Amino acid sequence: MTCTEFLQILDDVLDESIAVETRTEIEAHLRKCGHCEVVLNTTRKTIEIFQCHEIYEVPTEVSERLHVKIMERCKKVK
Amino acid sequence: MSTIQPVAGQDEQHPDVALVAQVRAGDVAAYDTLVRKYERQIFRIAQHITQNREDAEDVMQDAFLKAYEKLNQFQGNSKFYTWLVRIAVNESLMRLRKRRTGKLVSMDEDVQTDEGSVPRDFADWAPNPEQNYTQSELAEILKKTIQGLPQGFRVVFVLRDVEGLSTEETAETLGLSVPAVKSRLLRARLQLRERLTRYFGRKAPAIAQAAAAPGGDGAEA
Repeated sequence: MTCTEFLQILDDVLDESIAVETRTEIEAHLRKCGHCEVVLNTTRKTIEIFQCHEIYEVPTEVSERLHVKIMERCKKVK
Repeated sequence: MSTIQPVAGQDEQHPDVALVAQVRAGDVAAYDTLVRKYERQIFRIAQHITQNREDAEDVMQDAFLKAYEKLNQFQGNSKFYTWLVRIAVNESLMRLRKRRTGKLVSMDEDVQTDEGSVPRDFADWAPNPEQNYTQSELAEILKKTIQGLPQGFRVVFVLRDVEGLSTEETAETLGLSVPAVKSRLLRARLQLRERLTRYFGRKAPAIAQAAAAPGGDGAEA
């Protein structure tokens, strides 16, 4: 497996949707290619960081204000 | 518009199905439960697309109202959440269009770039590199990093990786093909990785250093 071939299936590797036979090839490639190993690990970490940290939070007062508005309008529509 | 694929394991009914049925029967309080359940996700999606706080608030309100008004058109074979996200994405794009009067806004914007297709910086990261920053510093880094992505990549990444839609649902929501979503997702992930390496890479951990770097060129391989 070449680095280009590895990159082409990187998403599947990250999403763990890889066939068993390809997995062996990937593992062999990663053992000899430090760059691809770094790309895999840091991309995995990238996704994890964005999943675990909320960048945009709704402040409670905004949320409550919107609730009141939404509910008022819903009752009218009803 | 075609429908989204049925949810796997429909034998166990998703809790939203019962709530939607209650709302249809006239129970407004049940709708409040749905709003509370998804308001954070909808707000985040709107903020990621519009990049504007006021717009995100308006989109959130309009999306929930529109969903309520159109609930009769909602088909039970798709998830309520996915359907709601689609409304929020459309509302967000409309809002953007209003702001940039006369300028076309689409999911295809800026995606014709090769940036990020091939990794250039192979510096490894320290274990748990985010711990080197305070919460607010980290939030700034993540915000800056994701805002720099072309919109067509950013939205795919947000829906698929952050908000938990499947590849198929993301494609359906954005009106893209599955291969297009996959291609954009890979490039979004690689671009974000590359940009975060400027902060988290073992060779260049300092924010000031990263800010001064000329576009991250000349990475040592």
